[in-house]
Amino acid sequence: MSFDNVYEALSEDGDARWAFGTGFADPLAGVDTTVPPDVAGADLAAYCLMLGDDALVMSHRLQEWCTNAPDLEEEVALANIGLDLLGQTRMLYARAGHADGTGRGEDAYAYFREPEDFANVRLTETPRGDFGDLIAKLLVFATWRLALLQRLITSRDPVLAAIAAKGVKEVAYHRDHAAQWAVRLGDGTEESHRRMQAGLDRLWPLVGELFAPHEVEERLARAGVAADPAGLRAEFDAVLDQVLTAATLRRPDVPPEPGGGRGAHTDALAPLLAELQSVARAHPEATW
Amino acid sequence: MVTATTDARSVAETVTDPELPMLTLADLGVLRDVTEEDGRVVVTITPTYSGCPAMDAMRADLIRALRAAGHERVEVRTVLHPPWSTDWISAAGRRRLAEAGIAPPGAAPRRADGPIPLTLGPTVRTVRCPRCGSADTEETSAFGATACKALRRCRACLEPFEHVKEI
Repeated sequence: MSFDNVYEALSEDGDARWAFGTGFADPLAGVDTTVPPDVAGADLAAYCLMLGDDALVMSHRLQEWCTNAPDLEEEVALANIGLDLLGQTRMLYARAGHADGTGRGEDAYAYFREPEDFANVRLTETPRGDFGDLIAKLLVFATWRLALLQRLITSRDPVLAAIAAKGVKEVAYHRDHAAQWAVRLGDGTEESHRRMQAGLDRLWPLVGELFAPHEVEERLARAGVAADPAGLRAEFDAVLDQVLTAATLRRPDVPPEPGGGRGAHTDALAPLLAELQSVARAHPEATW
Repeated sequence: MVTATTDARSVAETVTDPELPMLTLADLGVLRDVTEEDGRVVVTITPTYSGCPAMDAMRADLIRALRAAGHERVEVRTVLHPPWSTDWISAAGRRRLAEAGIAPPGAAPRRADGPIPLTLGPTVRTVRCPRCGSADTEETSAFGATACKALRRCRACLEPFEHVKEI
């Protein structure tokens, strides 16, 4: 039972699996996935897709930095953060498939939905930009998501609560990473300060919608399943103020981008999904 | 008396982690339970990180080891709650990590109620160099080659090393 490497061990199996992550097993295999009786399955599924789509699109943008990051350690860091978010996505999609009664797997949600079916916030899909844009986006996203996941630990849906409890530990590291970079850049050279501030300024019009509740979120928040996004704003502002002060950056004073809300997208989402979905759609019968 | 369950447990406890092969899944705290239900061996494991890519390999390794030991019907279940913590790594596991040149984790952060405090400066932890034993070490990156490890450098012997970070 000894193998030189894990790939060899996997190929030993009769399942014809030849690398990590092939023959994907349901990430919730063996978890009790009963939906609480008074919770509408369709609402719970829609909510899991919102949280899962946020994480998937953010994860995709992070992996675009592979081979583009300023140093090797940062490549590894961004890939790790993307992987954590991808893991959260897989569990949330699996939960959605149980909750809506369709039994759809993660691939159906990730690869075979159209842009208009995705429910991620627009902030996650904005183009890669420069390193200042990235750190601004990661700081805002991780601060918001950490506050959200922390509240979901007490969700009345036990699966969502368990996914959140794992995610909190991970996103706390993501937020610290982004915040430390924001301070390093903001309180660094004139050029690094300028670009960090420009990244924040460009992103800021999309920050407001993070706190605008969708009707599904309102219903589930009343049922003790979801967190009302409006209730996250005070904590978000307090953390951002702490970072911006240490980084000698200013909070942008720009009007919000019109439109928005869950289900509304910028032009950047369709090309992102076209790339993300291309292989699965070109070979829909393939076994990975 | 060796029952089927105690035998299955002892077999499952020998299966090692694909990414930290000096540790068994039991040492790592990933192996949560081994029971018997209706003639099946039921093994319960928990992921370290949400995106841990080794879960499939762990399942396959457990099933293969148990079948090789004569347990034909094996089911591997996942539990997510309570979430895995580095505090669950056994004393033997910590010793084996250090012997392999990987600094074991300190105590996981205790989170009081309320917002999680932000860490703006470099994280100050006493992590001893697994090679020379010096406590004069610094973090070079909070993220390493696997989700569970950070990169550090020893200021005394100047060697870089990995550290299983506390979660």
